[in-house]
Amino acid sequence: MNAIVQFPPRRTTLQEASGAVPALRFEGLHKTFRSKDGADVVALHDVSFSVERGEFVTVVGPSGCGKSTLLRILAGLERASRGTVELGGRRHTGPSRDVGVVFQAPVLLPWRNILDNVLVPAQIQGRDPKVARERALHYLHLVGLAGFETKYPGELSGGMQQRVGIARALVNDPMLLLMDEPFGALDAMTRETMNVELLKLRERTGATIMLVTHSIPEAVFLGDRVIVMSPRPGRVTKVIDVDLPAARTLELINTERFGSHVRDIRTNLNASGGLDG
Amino acid sequence: MSTANTENIDFEPPAPWLTPSRRKALIAAVFVAVIAAWQLVVSALGISHLIFPGPAGVARSIYDVFQSGEVWPHLWVTLYEILAGFALGAFAGFLLGALIGQSALLELVLYPYVVAFQTVPKVAVAPLFVLWFGFDTTSKVVITATIVFFPVLANTIVGLRSAPRDQIDLMRAFTASSWHVFRMVRLPHALPYVFAGLDIGIVLAVIGAIVGEFVGAQAGLGYLILQRNFSMDAAGMFAILIVLSAIGIVLHGLMKAIARRVVFWADAFTDLSRGT
Repeated sequence: MNAIVQFPPRRTTLQEASGAVPALRFEGLHKTFRSKDGADVVALHDVSFSVERGEFVTVVGPSGCGKSTLLRILAGLERASRGTVELGGRRHTGPSRDVGVVFQAPVLLPWRNILDNVLVPAQIQGRDPKVARERALHYLHLVGLAGFETKYPGELSGGMQQRVGIARALVNDPMLLLMDEPFGALDAMTRETMNVELLKLRERTGATIMLVTHSIPEAVFLGDRVIVMSPRPGRVTKVIDVDLPAARTLELINTERFGSHVRDIRTNLNASGGLDG
Repeated sequence: MSTANTENIDFEPPAPWLTPSRRKALIAAVFVAVIAAWQLVVSALGISHLIFPGPAGVARSIYDVFQSGEVWPHLWVTLYEILAGFALGAFAGFLLGALIGQSALLELVLYPYVVAFQTVPKVAVAPLFVLWFGFDTTSKVVITATIVFFPVLANTIVGLRSAPRDQIDLMRAFTASSWHVFRMVRLPHALPYVFAGLDIGIVLAVIGAIVGEFVGAQAGLGYLILQRNFSMDAAGMFAILIVLSAIGIVLHGLMKAIARRVVFWADAFTDLSRGT
């Protein structure tokens, strides 16, 4: 299981090869919605950021801060009113083969078994079925679902379904993994377990991840950097470097340094009229 | 239970005392009670068997019609009309439903005609079809098809639009084309609805074939009913009606069985058909 087969490599630019180009860069993103009564609602206001390769960035903010809109724009599901998004140095406006997505609901196809669900993106993108199958099995193993390949989604718990969703997002070896509150629907205990496992998975795959959450502790626990956003209009109010060890365990949550990061973010959110905490 | 199924309505579960064997006994008891009540009413009121036959007379008539073999050629004709009409109507309904379900514009333009067509009682236009397609089976197949058409069409449209937004978004994020979305998400999502439409359709198809035969036919169970009506054979008519009901029950059961296998993930079929 160590030597994972690879799809034929994508074309890499010289800059990319030298590693000088960030995995994801977006600049001056604005998004304005027209509400039903005709008024313009600013969902995002001048949001810029750059995610390095292999980095885990979390986005935290209260509901209505535009963090989900941001993620949908990055996934190519919505267009920004203004601003640019670059993936590996290339402009990108629509959905991209280089992006894997995980939503809050696992949204598996109930008529496909687990393996076939993981294979969905590979089939859409016309990948070599044999290679895709091996990669799907590999990622199912990594998310702890080896042996569940022929089960159907209805037979799995919510947490297990979400693991399938993560394996599915990884099957095409995307340059960037976008996660929108992936564990928001799970109970607190399962959620903590999933957080620890997500970090392990990231360590093993070297994936570049951007994860949106409304839980401050989750943002600190997972992120190398935390983007703090505030609502109306949605904008970045602060970026926090999390100086916690790379190998993180749940005990970390009780340390003073972890607590100070959480307090830091909470103060920042309160100052910008964000929330309660 | 998967999150995808949480919006399904939960039916009241059967009472705990109702074990499978007791359920069967209950069904049998109700059947016997109905037959007994039928016999009781007929003999208590002294109704002539020429007007309303008792169960014994009907049973004998059923036996006779099979014993003499008289029923078979008519049964095959009617069954052919039912199945051919069903196939034609279901195919057309599904095809047009798939087109309309994919495009709001097509719905806007075409749906008023579909509704107008559905509003016309098929019994009223049946003589026209016989005029156009003749007295043999073709006219009955067409009449049956027009009756099956609408429930399949309506269910296909609703089904194609039932796919959750999230699932379609996810497919799009994985760079799916609209064809991918249709084939991998919308169509499978529509299938339980399509099968609900087919189930309604197969039962209506029995009615369609008989309506056609009533207007003018040379063979078929409907023709047999008319013939026995003319000869004042009430028990004989009851016998054919019961054969028709049996055909309907068998076809409905087959449809459910097929649906359970094809759309195995849809709870509604397994839940609703418990014990049937």
